[in-house]
Amino acid sequence: MQLVELVWLVPLLPLLGFITLAFLGRRLGEPIAGWIATGAIGGSFLASLVVFAGMVGLDGEERIVEFKLFDWVSAGDFNVDMGLLADPLSVTMILFITGVATLIHLYSIGYMHGDPDFSKFFVYLNLFAFSMLMLVLGDNLLLTFLGWEGVGACSYFLISFWFTDEANASAGKKAFITNRVGDVGFMLATFLAFFAYGSIEYGEMFSGAPIAQGTATAIALLLFMGAAGKSAQFPLYLWLPDAMAGPTPVSALIHAATMVTSGVYLLARINPILAASYDWGPSIIAWVGLFTALFAASIAVAQDDIKKVLAYSTVSQLGFMIVAIGTGVYVAALFHMITHAFFKALMFLGSGSVIHGMHDDQNMKRYGGLAKLMPITAGTFVVGWLAIAGIPPFSGFWSKDEILVGIYDNSDVFANKVLFVLLLIAALLTAFYMTRLVILTFFGAPRWRDEVTGEAWVSSDDELPLRHPHESPWLMTLPLVALAGLALVAGAINLPFTSDLHFLENWLEPSLLGNEYHVGAGGGTKLTLAVIATLFAIGGIVAAVKLYLDKRGGTGPDAPAIVAQGWGYDDAVSNFMGGPGSKGFDGLAAFDSTVVDGAVNGVGKLVQFDGSLLRKLQNGLVRSYAALMAAGAIGLMIYFLIVSA
Amino acid sequence: MELTSTWYLVLSAILFSLGATGLLVRRNPLIMFMCLELMLNAVNLTFVTFGNELNDLGGEISVFFVLVVAAAEVVVGLGIVVAIMRRRSEATADDLSVLRG
Repeated sequence: MQLVELVWLVPLLPLLGFITLAFLGRRLGEPIAGWIATGAIGGSFLASLVVFAGMVGLDGEERIVEFKLFDWVSAGDFNVDMGLLADPLSVTMILFITGVATLIHLYSIGYMHGDPDFSKFFVYLNLFAFSMLMLVLGDNLLLTFLGWEGVGACSYFLISFWFTDEANASAGKKAFITNRVGDVGFMLATFLAFFAYGSIEYGEMFSGAPIAQGTATAIALLLFMGAAGKSAQFPLYLWLPDAMAGPTPVSALIHAATMVTSGVYLLARINPILAASYDWGPSIIAWVGLFTALFAASIAVAQDDIKKVLAYSTVSQLGFMIVAIGTGVYVAALFHMITHAFFKALMFLGSGSVIHGMHDDQNMKRYGGLAKLMPITAGTFVVGWLAIAGIPPFSGFWSKDEILVGIYDNSDVFANKVLFVLLLIAALLTAFYMTRLVILTFFGAPRWRDEVTGEAWVSSDDELPLRHPHESPWLMTLPLVALAGLALVAGAINLPFTSDLHFLENWLEPSLLGNEYHVGAGGGTKLTLAVIATLFAIGGIVAAVKLYLDKRGGTGPDAPAIVAQGWGYDDAVSNFMGGPGSKGFDGLAAFDSTVVDGAVNGVGKLVQFDGSLLRKLQNGLVRSYAALMAAGAIGLMIYFLIVSA
Repeated sequence: MELTSTWYLVLSAILFSLGATGLLVRRNPLIMFMCLELMLNAVNLTFVTFGNELNDLGGEISVFFVLVVAAAEVVVGLGIVVAIMRRRSEATADDLSVLRG
């Protein structure tokens, strides 16, 4: 038996963990429930490693292994299997999903300590891991959609985990409803793909006859609509900043590392459809990604809530990945997805550690000088900061540079040079707001008083909040250290120097079916671009240090209020949906309840009326039935006599 | 005078009509049952007659099926009749119309 065939173990273990905890979780309680969940996902990680090892032993084309479990939906021409697809792309995904998820499960045992719903949290976390793994391992669009909805539901449960607070509950609803808008696109794309290809199984879709360019463009853009919902792209990004209402490990796992990247995964998976569409299709994707990257980065600059900065940063970084998808450099997109998962999960967990130490206060303006008191958190956070800012040799530098080189080189994308410059500016903003976050949190003068000693470092007109920061327990710092190590070295999986060092690119090649855009620019151009990108990053860092590092306890200049409020976009949507939009949808609802439901109910009424006439015959008298039968028999006899005569 | 098949068929038709008429005009469930048996056996007679006429054993075999079905029907039917009679000894078939629509 081949090791690759063990892939079914990968989603099965979290599923078993979920079932066990769903029934026994409350009885097992803290911390055993947490350890069971961690064990389940850890086992899944080990299984992924085994599958990976098995796949490394296979040759290029053999690395695409389809593993059919059973028939799922079978209706006429429409057949969908419950089948798993293990290929380099999905194995890469399950490796980093299970790896990051294991670390975050571990962290959660420490973070959720003392919560009355401790076991319920891990029930959801395991269910989420199962859904996410089904999403990436599914071998057809419908199974991917199942996982897609599963992670959406878990995201909803976990955002509103502390649902007694009204704000958390409505943040969950917002995430769910916004995602539904994108899901419409996903569903339409699935229908269209079935009509165009006659199948929704990836293997059959991409090996069959090519489809018309227009159809391919439509499918690609509809799937992008779904991806824009899940991966928080403009105009559907609105839910992600609000999703920070959930517990911090959830923000790290679902809203930074894994679920939000599923849109990028989906687009990479359907790369033959993108390749078959008109050039303007991918161009739209790239430009939407760019706009999102720039827009969200500008908002991140103005946030005071530490988790909000990270949330907008995630939206912005997802924009980078979408740009890469639109450019056709899928490897760069997936590369950035992996490095981003490491450093963003690291920073979210780090922020959780800080919030833990600061009595659940999330406002950075009341932080400051925490580096001395939380050395491990601060040290690991600095690694994450340098990685996202794009300073060599940290991982983020390599992956971001790949995207920049790709967009600079690929002139099929509309106005690619302009896009390149704007993306550089987004990278500069990234370095800027991240530096601001690090300085306000860990450096400068403390803007709080020590709860125990009453000592204050800065004088202030307002009363300084009483705090007693402390380093978090080992359960929380261990994942931080592990993620910091990964954020530091993950760039090594795809070094640009020689083609032998393109490990990730060579590895992913069978999954990308020759649709990857290969950069034609020479080494000199690449080096120049890398230097420019680094200079921009350093520029962002220096500017932020100049503006925000203040030994006297200042918090630097504030951005205009309109920027802090997300350029008013969120409010505009809320106002529209609450006012004229709501009226319009009421009209549609009225149409639905009168015309559409009317037609359906009308048929029912008609049948009811017919029935009321016929039921008179059913009078309960046996002899009358006999008489009717006799009459019928005689009638038949007469009929046959006439016909035969 | 030779007994040709026609005689048997005519007898069968008479028996069948008697049974059918009885079923329609009588209200006592037991009598109705007997009428039903009469109709079934009239049909049996036709089967045997045609089996003999066409030299086909199928006719005789069918009779066994009909007999078995009739026996099963009597078991169920009489059970029902007895159950009803226990409750309402005066009941006629026309009184038993609780299953009307």
